[in-house]
Amino acid sequence: MSITDRVIAIIAEQAVLEPSDVTPESTLEDLGIDSLGLVESIFAIEEEFDISIPFNANEPTASDFDISNVAAIIAGIEKLVSEKV
Amino acid sequence: MKRVVITGAGTINSLGHSVPDTLEAMREGRCGISQLEFRDVERLAIQIGGQVRGFEAEGRFNRQQMTLYDRFTQFTLTAAKEAIDQSGIEFHGDIAARSGVVLGTAGGGVSTWDDNYRSVYEDGKNRVHPFVVPKLMNNAAASHVSMEHNLKGPSFTVSTACASSNHAMALAFQMVRSGAAPAMLTGGSESMLCFGGVKAWEGLRVMSKDACRPFSANRNGMVQGEGAGVFVFEDYDHAKARSADILCEVVGFAMTSDASDIVMPSKQGAARAMSGALADAKLNADQVGYINAHGTGTAANDKTECAAVADVFGPHADDLMISSTKSMHGHLIGGTGAVELLACIMALRDGVIAPTIGYEEPDPECALDVVPNDAREARVDVALSNAFAFGGLNAVLALKKV
Repeated sequence: MSITDRVIAIIAEQAVLEPSDVTPESTLEDLGIDSLGLVESIFAIEEEFDISIPFNANEPTASDFDISNVAAIIAGIEKLVSEKV
Repeated sequence: MKRVVITGAGTINSLGHSVPDTLEAMREGRCGISQLEFRDVERLAIQIGGQVRGFEAEGRFNRQQMTLYDRFTQFTLTAAKEAIDQSGIEFHGDIAARSGVVLGTAGGGVSTWDDNYRSVYEDGKNRVHPFVVPKLMNNAAASHVSMEHNLKGPSFTVSTACASSNHAMALAFQMVRSGAAPAMLTGGSESMLCFGGVKAWEGLRVMSKDACRPFSANRNGMVQGEGAGVFVFEDYDHAKARSADILCEVVGFAMTSDASDIVMPSKQGAARAMSGALADAKLNADQVGYINAHGTGTAANDKTECAAVADVFGPHADDLMISSTKSMHGHLIGGTGAVELLACIMALRDGVIAPTIGYEEPDPECALDVVPNDAREARVDVALSNAFAFGGLNAVLALKKV
């Protein structure tokens, strides 16, 4: 599975949706993922890719990690995964 | 002052997953203690306990709930639902705004601590699930009950080791008696049967390797249990007005502190708690027919408790019955008083006295009628429930037949 598919699978599970219902343009709000759901998704993504995502729930916009929609999240993860190697 | 009655009861413990199943087991003198089953149990010197079997959290709770509910919370929610269903009480409007949840637990989410310590220390992982804190906190169970059942009044958790549930129920009783709350959900829960939970107790060298035999001369220690007991305490007038089935009345309580030793019990502290509960309930000692003992099966507790009973009740001590149901369900630590209250309700309502099983040899230092091995039919009008905790913190409740 590609990084995109793996991230979408995690987000879909969190949102209790089918992966096909999660599009790159979807925002977390669209998907019904609240703040706790977001930290849980980030945890699951970190576990899946063995990466560390810079994210503080108090300052969600302070880090470089963009969570404005699914595409932005995937792009951020791809960057972190590429930096790991 | 309001009269306070119990209109609903719920439980899950090693004897049963409901009140009827638990009371049937107590009537039959069944033992819920057996070989423990969990990871690393082979590294323990103590391998027996009153473990809840056949409880599948999956199916009862959804995935999101599972990430937030430690086992002690799962037990609490299961027992709370049974209690509320039986009571038939509905929480909305003003009743919801003023009714709350006061629960006891000694350890809270012990297995959540255990699992995550293992993960970061033993397995060397550097990341834990984001909900570890809300899952393990001692008030998690009380909070989830409040959310699940719309209870918006005073809610909190009491932690006084083995007396946690009795302290919690005493506080709930006070709130309803004073008129502050029309109803309260109360009781307690514990789930310490995991490697770290049992290993910690092992260190004290007070645990039995084979059985819990309270008051028996050959007793050799306590045995841990797990589970929950939850009750609906309700203003008598409120219960009457809605024609609720009343299980019994709560008539008094007392709390005392030994102020002497962190683990050794005190006869005076225990005696003051029992006589204080009688005074609060305006009862004479000779009205008491049954005492659900703290009865841990340790050398120190049982003889001290019997001596305290003799002091408080004088010659009547030989006429009343006193049993320890820990012999069957084990010691539920912070949840124990709640499950044991069921034995008091059975005595008052059904006229059946739960036995002290595993009783093999009389001990001259525990020379009371401990209802050995077999349940007994007897009319009881007043019952006491004792809890004497490590730290010297004691809480005794007095209950009356309605």
